[in-house]
Amino acid sequence: MQGLDFSVVPPYADILWMGVWWTVVLTVSAAAISFIFGVMFALVVLYAPKAVALPVRAFMWLFMGTPLLLQLFLIYYGLGQLGFKIPALIAGIIGLGLHFAVYNADILRAGIVAVDVGQTEGARSLGFGRFQTLRYFVVPQAVRNTIPAMGNNLIVLLKESSLVSIIGIAELVHAAQLAISETFRPFEFYITVAALYYILNLVLEAGLRRVEQNVEVSR
Amino acid sequence: MDFSLVQRVFPFFVEAAWITIEISALSLALGLVVAFLVAAAKMSRSLPLRILGSAYVSLFRGTPCLIQLFVLYFGGPQIGINLEPFAAGVIGLGLNIGAYMAEAIRGAIQSVDRGQTEAARSIGFSRFQTMRKVVLPQAARLMIRPLGVNAVALVKGSALVSTISVVELTYTAQRYIGSTYKPFEIFGVAAVLYMLIVYVVARVVDLIDRRYAIA
Repeated sequence: MQGLDFSVVPPYADILWMGVWWTVVLTVSAAAISFIFGVMFALVVLYAPKAVALPVRAFMWLFMGTPLLLQLFLIYYGLGQLGFKIPALIAGIIGLGLHFAVYNADILRAGIVAVDVGQTEGARSLGFGRFQTLRYFVVPQAVRNTIPAMGNNLIVLLKESSLVSIIGIAELVHAAQLAISETFRPFEFYITVAALYYILNLVLEAGLRRVEQNVEVSR
Repeated sequence: MDFSLVQRVFPFFVEAAWITIEISALSLALGLVVAFLVAAAKMSRSLPLRILGSAYVSLFRGTPCLIQLFVLYFGGPQIGINLEPFAAGVIGLGLNIGAYMAEAIRGAIQSVDRGQTEAARSIGFSRFQTMRKVVLPQAARLMIRPLGVNAVALVKGSALVSTISVVELTYTAQRYIGSTYKPFEIFGVAAVLYMLIVYVVARVVDLIDRRYAIA
């Protein structure tokens, strides 16, 4: 049993900062995908013809019932097998994005259904088309009402982004593993990484709280 | 689709699924114990206990479960904790899910009407008796759903222990994807087993919930 010595960490500050940076890039990109696809999945499930809606529902069901880690393997190796040579980073962003898109879609679907039917009737009677009604009236209100729930998903996404280190993406965990392979000090580096995630998490939570407050004020 | 491959590997996956079930069940049990202790600490009258309980929840919910497992399994030996992968997996997952379930328990207890406590106290029940005989029985049925959600999340989260070389479903899937280059078939087999476990857990939660539902 060796003593703990956190002075091994500072020499690797640059590598860890790069890791933090890539974790942020990953989280933001995956969050964008998870929102865009979340809206699309929700609309397809609610309004598309059965032939389109059923596959999407099956996909959502599959991604809600299996672990993210398994899905990452599927996307990383599966796209390779289909002939798409994509870098691990892209596979990681797609995997995280699709996983959380499914959870966002589930929330948004409930949010869309909960928008007062009078909003649709009003818009339609003013001459807006079905798509325009969704685009300008229903979806914006549903998104606004579901911001707290989707914000929670975003907080989970930040933490789960650590999983993509397994398929070799050089984010925060991977940076720590690099440092550990040279220093053999896993405890010090993983605690440091935990602290960095904790800080990122606090920043994200504070940001979301501000967004929620602004949304409530504008109501 | 290569069905002969599926047929060939299926027995290994069933074996791995049992490990996933064992790990989930054991960490669920540990998590429940941790959760009740942490929830009790968070609601205690002693300030240091309350701070301790809040810190526990905040730290375990504010950092990735993967890192918690790594600290325990890879960092543990540096502070004199040497664990087998399986034990590290159970303890790591249990401590993590305990923080989430503590909040579910606290939420349920706090949503029992205050008047219940006031009434019990005013007819002479002690604080402990009030909790034990009046509040907890009512809170219990409110906990079933949120704890069930956590149990389902735990089954899926147990995939993380593959990273500390516990040979469960996801580890097995990764190994076979690497050796066969058939990611879709292998994913399919593992997915079917995961969804089966998740379905059973959800059904059991449903049954318990209906059993204790307010008539």
